[in-house]
Amino acid sequence: MGQTSSGGSSRTLVLPGDPVGEDVEARAPYIYVDDRGVKRAAVPGFVDDRGGKKVFVPLESIYIPKPGDIVIGMVHSVGVTNWFVDINSPYMAVLNLQDFLGRPFNPATDEPGRYLSAGDDIKAKVLAFDRTRNPLLTVQGEGLGKIVEGKIVEIAPARIPRVIGRKGSMLEVLSSETGCEIFAAVNGRVHVKCPNPEVEAIVILAIKTIEREAFTSGLTARIRKLIEEEKVVRGVGK
Amino acid sequence: MKAAHGRLISEEGLRHDGRRPDEHRPVKMEVGVLSNADGSAMVEFGRTKVLAAVYGPREPPQRFMLLPDRAILRVRYHMAPFSTSDRKSPAPSRREVELSKVIREALEPVVISELYPRTAIDVFVEVLQADGGTRTAGVTAASLALADAGIPMRALVAGVAVGKVDGVLVLDVDEVEDSAGEADLPVAGAPDLGLITLLQLNGVLSEEEFEQALDMAWRAIEDLVRQEKEVLRRKYQGVSRA
Repeated sequence: MGQTSSGGSSRTLVLPGDPVGEDVEARAPYIYVDDRGVKRAAVPGFVDDRGGKKVFVPLESIYIPKPGDIVIGMVHSVGVTNWFVDINSPYMAVLNLQDFLGRPFNPATDEPGRYLSAGDDIKAKVLAFDRTRNPLLTVQGEGLGKIVEGKIVEIAPARIPRVIGRKGSMLEVLSSETGCEIFAAVNGRVHVKCPNPEVEAIVILAIKTIEREAFTSGLTARIRKLIEEEKVVRGVGK
Repeated sequence: MKAAHGRLISEEGLRHDGRRPDEHRPVKMEVGVLSNADGSAMVEFGRTKVLAAVYGPREPPQRFMLLPDRAILRVRYHMAPFSTSDRKSPAPSRREVELSKVIREALEPVVISELYPRTAIDVFVEVLQADGGTRTAGVTAASLALADAGIPMRALVAGVAVGKVDGVLVLDVDEVEDSAGEADLPVAGAPDLGLITLLQLNGVLSEEEFEQALDMAWRAIEDLVRQEKEVLRRKYQGVSRA
């Protein structure tokens, strides 16, 4: 187990089967308690000692929907009165036509395919999910609905907190340095809307770099430098 | 490198490839070798080379496969047509169907499948080069690939086979020793939990030999799991420096 400390906090890398210590909060699916009552890691992660409070941070995760999550989904197929939406999760989500239209519909005239087809991207909220049925989505809410411009970047869901940064610091760097609107959804998809394609390419490069180098020190400063250098190389922002 | 006159243990007590009886072949492990897969690993035991890819949890292709209380683990063990000196038919053989089941059962006790009901976790084990010990190398590669995919596991598993050649117990048998040997005992387990997840025996061992063989295998498994952790640790290098 690699253990180092810096600035009053220390991190210990743990792998599946490694004991994490009794003072770390057990939370499924990342930590489990074995038959002898020992708390062990179930996925690679690190135990972060934040001034006496120990927190487990997973390095790999699988997105499991929770009611209230805002996700970016891609329409997988069109049903008779609904859509099946891929939300980068083991479970295919369902979006009903009535919810999308926000009114009762007439099956004779309102056909789902007229509004959304396979491959379309949507921003939606998870309305209900309990693992016995597929998650139900809603697009009733501010900023939700079909995504008509920009690009979607897909990264590992465990890296999303790093794209957002502490109190949104990384998102702030990404958007202030490039002028792009960026939305990082918990299911590992990031929507970027930029003023021009060159800047868009820089943001995508920066997000992919964050995914690759997540959890390394001084990342925010390096990303800021990367964006500045790429802007000079590509001749934008002068 | 085959020993003369069919003797597999020399007078000095060394094996046909120069190893001591309790010596493993050189081991090489790598994770994240396939970018399309959710998790992947390559494991080499000497000239045996096995690739594992993990996908999921995801919706299974046929809904009748769904289990209401947990994910199903589907394992496909397959030998590439070029993995052996004689061309191996790419169609799944009886042996491959059996080994798929054996590897699945070696992984099931450690995969926390209850977390993902109504889904499937697919593990593909592809033998690229076969020189004995492919099932144990397969279990080791699959364990690494599952961890790489972030699938919750109770512990890492690894496997090794102990054989008996010329009356001597030998660790990590290769093809020559396997085909000419008197017994073969493949074992897989999770040392963190003290759990044996695979135990087979071809041939005959006395009770004393069996215990000795199991002890040899267990020590090797502990070492293999240590190496698995080392490889995973290298992947996350820099994490502890943050």
